[in-house]
Amino acid sequence: MRHTISVLVHNHAGVLSRVSNLFSARGYNIDSLVVGVTDNPKISRITIVVRGDERVMDQVEKQLNKLIDTIQVVDLTNEDFIARDLALIKVKAEANTRSQVMEIVQCFDGKIVDVALKSFIIEVTGKESKINAVVELLKNYGILEMVRTGEVAISRGKKVQEEAEKKVKVKAGKAGQSNL
Amino acid sequence: MAKTKLKTGAQMVVDILVDEGVEILWGLTGGAVLPIFDALYQNSDRIRLVDTRHEQGAIHMAEGYAKATGRVGVCIATSGPGATNIVTGLTDAYMDSVPLVAITGQVPSHLIGTDAFQEADVVGITRSCTKHNFLVKSIQELPQIMRDAFFIARTGRPGPVLVDIPKDIAAASAEVPYPKHSTVPLSKLVPTIDFSQVEKIADLIKHAKRPLIYAGGGVINAGASDALYKFARKTNIPVTLTLMGLGAYPANDRQFIDMLGMHGSYRANMALTYCDLLIAIGSRFDDRVTGKLSEFSPSSKKVHIDIDPTSIGKNVHVDAHVLGDMNTILAALIKQVGSQDYDEWYDQIDGWQKKHPLIAYDQKPTAPVLPQFVVDEIFRLTKGDAIITTEVGQHQMWAAQYYKFNKPRRWITSGGLGTMGFGFPAAIGAAFAFPDATVIDIAGDGSFQMTMQELAIVKQHNLNVKTIILNNKFLGMVKQWQDLFFDKRYASTSIPVQPDFVKLAECYGLKGYRADTAKDTTTVLEQALRSKEGCIVDIMVDPEEHVYPMVPAGAANKDMVLSKEQDRERVMAEMKAKGAKK
Repeated sequence: MRHTISVLVHNHAGVLSRVSNLFSARGYNIDSLVVGVTDNPKISRITIVVRGDERVMDQVEKQLNKLIDTIQVVDLTNEDFIARDLALIKVKAEANTRSQVMEIVQCFDGKIVDVALKSFIIEVTGKESKINAVVELLKNYGILEMVRTGEVAISRGKKVQEEAEKKVKVKAGKAGQSNL
Repeated sequence: MAKTKLKTGAQMVVDILVDEGVEILWGLTGGAVLPIFDALYQNSDRIRLVDTRHEQGAIHMAEGYAKATGRVGVCIATSGPGATNIVTGLTDAYMDSVPLVAITGQVPSHLIGTDAFQEADVVGITRSCTKHNFLVKSIQELPQIMRDAFFIARTGRPGPVLVDIPKDIAAASAEVPYPKHSTVPLSKLVPTIDFSQVEKIADLIKHAKRPLIYAGGGVINAGASDALYKFARKTNIPVTLTLMGLGAYPANDRQFIDMLGMHGSYRANMALTYCDLLIAIGSRFDDRVTGKLSEFSPSSKKVHIDIDPTSIGKNVHVDAHVLGDMNTILAALIKQVGSQDYDEWYDQIDGWQKKHPLIAYDQKPTAPVLPQFVVDEIFRLTKGDAIITTEVGQHQMWAAQYYKFNKPRRWITSGGLGTMGFGFPAAIGAAFAFPDATVIDIAGDGSFQMTMQELAIVKQHNLNVKTIILNNKFLGMVKQWQDLFFDKRYASTSIPVQPDFVKLAECYGLKGYRADTAKDTTTVLEQALRSKEGCIVDIMVDPEEHVYPMVPAGAANKDMVLSKEQDRERVMAEMKAKGAKK
């Protein structure tokens, strides 16, 4: 089963490599791993999409918690949560297909962020399944290149990982800069 | 916060070491670590530094010291090759939960990443074989990192922590107050006990007819041997121990049914297979214990008491578990359990023991020396009172089977990683901790040759370390597998050329002994053990001996092979089956 795990970590050097190393050393399968700082510059949040049965997921959670730099691990899959993926897609758009491509982009609430003579760059945000659907459709016109962020996620309503964040004192540090 | 004074990074390292109670450390110097060695030299009245011949020797000595005392072992090495030479020791300590702090020098900060002379990405290399590691980025954070390193190494499930210190930071000076505490919260390393689970376990014990305690090295790490004893004696439940757990429960107690697992006793493995409640305490369901997982203790409920959450349910599903400090858990459990006689269960176990007791070798005075006999003699002559270390292989298993440990921290062996070359330096580390004790490395001729350069340390520091080599001129355990599974093709296991170990001892200024008969074995062992000096005893043993019982890799525990005859029958049957297929 596919799980979305949110991990709060101290923004220390090498944390990302500790986390990714754990996954490779123990043979867990990752779909995606995204990392970025939180509103607290001392803390980063890593969103990991991982596949495994109950036993594997139990170990993933425990092993992540065992890392000294880990503050909290939450498996969002069991909760109500919002997940988003962003894609930039460079797609062929010739004179005879331009309007069709634009229509598709509109349907999926995407944006055309760059226009060239024979191609567009399209920005689209949403759940993984939505992005997959756009990609499938655009394949018919010829995708030249594309990049996806992988899933980021957060639980709905009251912030569940807030308490853990408060435990870590904020010291002078540049906001928005990752030391990972 | 202590008063601040301008100090070098190296001085800060030494100050925190002393403050953490470190009396001794082992290491080998080099360019990048020079400032720290200089500070250690200048502070030799506060802390003792032992120079080793190889960094692997240094880290295994620190491990031996840690296992013998329960304190944090410390070693120090230079950058690059110095640091990579301790990687095996770090991995060994990680597998066997040994509290250890390793300090490594690193090239100056501005050279990191330039492939500088003797540069290696040490935190990168050691990330997966340490409990945690640090690269010190500024002198300001150095005291706190040192404090955290010790806290992490000894708290919760113990393990190795590495601190990599660039040369410029060790040499720089600053005024930095020394923190009193670690920044890592205790709850990160020691889980809170769920007492409702203790009740659940007590209830399962109450209803069990054939319970079995299966305890491991975690009991020794937690200093919970006495609590285990009280718990077992109060409940009257039989006890088996893992390789790492030997000594956690007195071997001469009537409830003790020997070691379990791949080379465990018949009764222990049968009890494991037929028990109806398995109580795992400080053990981790290692594959050398479980054998074939699908047939592992098939009819039992299982409970697990440990300090490491990742150990729960990793290999084997358990019906109840409780995490946290073992002394507290066992104390709570003892209050809730009663005693039962388990007569039928003990009768059954005794029946297994009568059918296949462990002591089954037959030493004839003129025949080749049997390794089991040698271990028995060592046990007899030391009255079971020595600190025993081992290398890895057949001799290790015979030592585990035939030397009986009544107290913890007398048995020092490399279990998880199986590191050949571990035992000799580990014995040296233990001898530094207990200079008046008899410390014996029961060694194989193959393993000993991996770290024997440390003989110089035995001589230099006048240590009472006896290396007793069970010499069969083979890598015996691998040969045993070749005998059983590779039609006796001895690929790379024969060691036809060896040093003369007696002369080797002598060239280091130590005494050497040799024996190749049973009678001489007793004589030289008596001589060697009477002396208070370090020595090598080279005993030529029968290379055809196998370690039994043996659960073949991947087989169920109940299908253990008990003797060569049985092995031969099994092999014949297999060959027959193969022939039939053709």
